[in-house]
Amino acid sequence: MSTDTRSAAPGTAPEPRPGGPRAARPRRRAAARSGSARRTPLSYAVTAGIALFVLAFLAPFVIIVLNSFKTTADYRKNGPLSWPEAWNWDIIGDVWKQVGFTEKLTNSVTISLGVVVIAIALALFNAYAIGIGRVRWRTPLLVFFLGVNVLPQEGLVYPVYYLFKELGLYDGKLGYTILVGVIYSAFGTYLLTSVFSGFPRELIEAASLDGAGRWTILWRIVLPMSWPTLSVMCVFFFVWSWNEFLFPVVLLISNENQTVPLGLSVMQGQYTSNPTALSAAALLGVLPMVIFFFVFQRTLTRGMTAGAVK
Amino acid sequence: MDKKTRPRSAGYAPYLAPGLLLCLIFLVVPLLMTFGYSFTSWQGIGSPTWTGLDNYTRLLSDADFWASFRNIFFVIVGIAVVPTLLGLLLAAVLFDYIGKKHGDRLVSAFRSGLYLPQVIPVAVTGLMWGWILAPKGAVNGILEKVGLSSLSQNWLGNPDLALWVVLFVLVWMQLGYPLVLFLSGLQRIDPELYEAADLDGASWWQRFTRITVPLLRPEVYVVLVTTTIAGLKVFAQIFVLTGGGPGNSTLVPSYFAYQNFFERADVGYGSAISSTMSLLVLLIAGAFLTRQAREDGRA
Repeated sequence: MSTDTRSAAPGTAPEPRPGGPRAARPRRRAAARSGSARRTPLSYAVTAGIALFVLAFLAPFVIIVLNSFKTTADYRKNGPLSWPEAWNWDIIGDVWKQVGFTEKLTNSVTISLGVVVIAIALALFNAYAIGIGRVRWRTPLLVFFLGVNVLPQEGLVYPVYYLFKELGLYDGKLGYTILVGVIYSAFGTYLLTSVFSGFPRELIEAASLDGAGRWTILWRIVLPMSWPTLSVMCVFFFVWSWNEFLFPVVLLISNENQTVPLGLSVMQGQYTSNPTALSAAALLGVLPMVIFFFVFQRTLTRGMTAGAVK
Repeated sequence: MDKKTRPRSAGYAPYLAPGLLLCLIFLVVPLLMTFGYSFTSWQGIGSPTWTGLDNYTRLLSDADFWASFRNIFFVIVGIAVVPTLLGLLLAAVLFDYIGKKHGDRLVSAFRSGLYLPQVIPVAVTGLMWGWILAPKGAVNGILEKVGLSSLSQNWLGNPDLALWVVLFVLVWMQLGYPLVLFLSGLQRIDPELYEAADLDGASWWQRFTRITVPLLRPEVYVVLVTTTIAGLKVFAQIFVLTGGGPGNSTLVPSYFAYQNFFERADVGYGSAISSTMSLLVLLIAGAFLTRQAREDGRA
């Protein structure tokens, strides 16, 4: 696991923070005197306490893993806390087949990628016009996008359901993907505009004098330079879209359109008499995002700060 | 060079048009429709009949609505207040104590562990906790093992307990968000400040209350604003954990609206509930924004 907390914010003293074991590095006398970097029995105890807390915090995941490999007989005999008598992969395999997990995964990936593309494209265009083009009424426009962004989904859900039925978009991936993409684009617009407001104007003016049009400037200058922010947005929109709930419950009802979380939550009703299968269903739901988390961990933690505190 | 005489902002409208238009069609039109339906009686088929403010007067005397409103305060405590307080304390211990004595690697590992629930789909979290809290689930299993089986019960099925159990699960889900924000906020703080405090003989607790908490104010503000708004909108968590029950003990407005829309075909009434909540969310967000704009202006 890697640390990504190193990048000190501007204004922070360049000196590295006191960093644990390498206490031999030149230190300020203040810290040296109080010995704030020295390990003591108390510091070990505190660390052990926190470690225990984190372990207890993660215990639900462990319990789910343990029980996804037990036969029903094993579970009935030994309860939910025991180690499985044998690691039985059949349960996961059965649930995978019953849920149609491959199909659900494909749906989730397709929809989330679609949402990311739509949201990023719209946000980029909007923010280009507002943040760099400085179009008229840009403050009211920003307030509009921000307002749209905080709206509760329940305030839209029924008319959307009704209109989608009228337009033939109901229970289809296309309409749903556009809808979620548009919602996220409002947040993206707000975030990107604040990034673009610090964009070096000389660059754009120079390119413009060289005869570059709006499109060329966006494509050749703005897009490459805003890639760090865009990549963070991509990762976040992907996770958000993967985890969406209310709209998919209402709009994606048939089996071949459902996303992973939805397809699995349906199991809750069906498997009440089969606890290990239910546990396996939960495990299947947890796994894709855990893998995603470990792959994109740096981006996720970096992005949270970028998005929250402008 | 006629380019120079062109206004600087000309030619950008085509870039704004698609995004703005789609927002209007997909978000603003439905919102206005919901608002319109809220003055009607409608079952979702046929045409709505105008009933004026009837839905709203009904709302004011509806015990379920008031219960959902009371529950939302609990939800905000579970989503905003407790995770923020716990997150502050944990962030300070991790950064200003464990990080200094035992290294950043450990801090980073702890942080990842505590952040993990944030990326798991809420529906799956609900599935998992529902399983653990079930009458024959893991919690009761543990209680039996340690000889406290008298305490074991149907955790989400007990009307006196369900809300507290939901609150606990919400804290579990939410803790990682403030923690990660606070930990990165602490990077901004000049280490000399802590060293100076050390030199003056300040205790860990004094450093926490006098340096860490005041300097993390922007982050605390952001966390409280975003999570309070999220709390007002909470839906999936309730849907998967309790379905608002037992009775109305864990009912929240969004789920109440959902029931009226899709289970009771009382679209007019559901619209009145969601219009009220949309307005409330917009007002609160607006108030926070104006406050922040004023503070930014002063700074």
